[in-house]
Amino acid sequence: MKNKNSRRSFLKNISLATFSALALSGCDMEAFDQFFQQNFKTLSKKEKDRIIKNLEIKYKEKYGKEFHVSDKPPIEGTLFGYALDLSRCIGCRRCVYACVKENNQSREPQIHWIEVLQMEKEKGIDFAHSTAQYNPEKVPEKGHFYLPVQCQQCRNPQCVTVCPVKATWQEPDGIVVVDYNWCIGCRYCMAACPYGARHFNWGEPNVPAEEINTEMHYLGNRPRKKGVVEKCTFCIQRTREGKYPSCVEICPVGARKFGNLLDPDSEIRYILENKRVLVLKQELNFQPKFYYFFGI
Amino acid sequence: MKDNFYENIKMPVILMALYIVLTSGCKNKESGNNEIDKVLNEKEENKKTEIAVEYAVEAPPFSDGTYPCTDCHANFAPNPVRRKLVDWHDDISAIFNHDSENRWCLDCHDLNNRDYLKLASGKLLDFKESYKLCGQCHGEKLRDWKVGVHGKRTGEWNGEKEYLLCVHCHNPHSPKFKELTPEPPPIRQEDIK
Repeated sequence: MKNKNSRRSFLKNISLATFSALALSGCDMEAFDQFFQQNFKTLSKKEKDRIIKNLEIKYKEKYGKEFHVSDKPPIEGTLFGYALDLSRCIGCRRCVYACVKENNQSREPQIHWIEVLQMEKEKGIDFAHSTAQYNPEKVPEKGHFYLPVQCQQCRNPQCVTVCPVKATWQEPDGIVVVDYNWCIGCRYCMAACPYGARHFNWGEPNVPAEEINTEMHYLGNRPRKKGVVEKCTFCIQRTREGKYPSCVEICPVGARKFGNLLDPDSEIRYILENKRVLVLKQELNFQPKFYYFFGI
Repeated sequence: MKDNFYENIKMPVILMALYIVLTSGCKNKESGNNEIDKVLNEKEENKKTEIAVEYAVEAPPFSDGTYPCTDCHANFAPNPVRRKLVDWHDDISAIFNHDSENRWCLDCHDLNNRDYLKLASGKLLDFKESYKLCGQCHGEKLRDWKVGVHGKRTGEWNGEKEYLLCVHCHNPHSPKFKELTPEPPPIRQEDIK
């Protein structure tokens, strides 16, 4: 009896149990691979290619469409910056839904990366008295202005600092990205972000197959799973191909401007040099690359 | 003897190394300069072509069947008398709100050739270049528009861009930007199941 409960027999049994559990789980190599997949930053080119190929197959099975998942690295000599003209924005929320569509956010439960805040002109920029719930017949409403908030792509991002597993980081072109496979869903980053720019998948995300955007980036708009955090990536799948983010392209008043901060001829640099510019919560020293300005 | 040997060989080695460093340095500098020249030349060329095509804009947004204007106007004798239009273009008269006290049709449209706009200088202007006409008064806006800060641009942030004309967003006869119906507000956090 005493012999049976020995350390040796315990180790033997536990290894046997582990092995049989693995065998019983159906020899699912893909799940096995996924479980042991390393952080995106440490993957070799070969591993990335294999993972991406598997993803494309998986998405095709699920949505019945051809997908293209990119892992395009940053374009050298770029640092992305964004500017939003507060004197133009009319609060129509076209950007919110263009973003949802482009970046395959969950429709139900709903996730929006952009939140448009309505503020009173008399109070100025005052988050405590702002609302995202305004819903009049027509916008803009008299006496109000609108301030859309999304990821401010800080130069000094504390969401990155607090991540205990390094599942989120700032890319050399300034985009803060998340490796959805590495994220453990602790939501520290959400607590650290003063702009409410990070969003958690409380439920299984749900994107209708007919609306899904098939042009994807591994660090951007590929489908997320329940229990991970997601955020604006300046439409990494578009901007690394030279295109504007979709919120810029949809804006009916042209309030949204995007470009390379390192290029002195870019429109973003023109704005920084010629307009009155502000960043939100400057006192925190997160140093956003998302500027608000008054075009008038 | 051994020490001497090393001392003898030291000097030439140092000189050799110095020579290599200097020449390679020079070479790098030269090639670097060439590259800069190349980039500069390319930029110059780009600038030239930009000036040649000026601004790539979408076609002007004419109402259906109104252009060319001469289709109808060829049949009328031009009347330069300032008046309110009642029989034709009364829809424009009805909404006209663009310094309407001081201005009327022929301040921007040409009397003799209705297919063109007219600058203050009297120069005729194609509708595709109407931004120049707007810029006569709204110079600051034109300047911002040219660099892509006023108005909407689509295309590539590091390449070809397409501009919208002023009149794509602002009705030239009533330029205030029209109100829009907003998309639905987000679901309140407490209502998310």
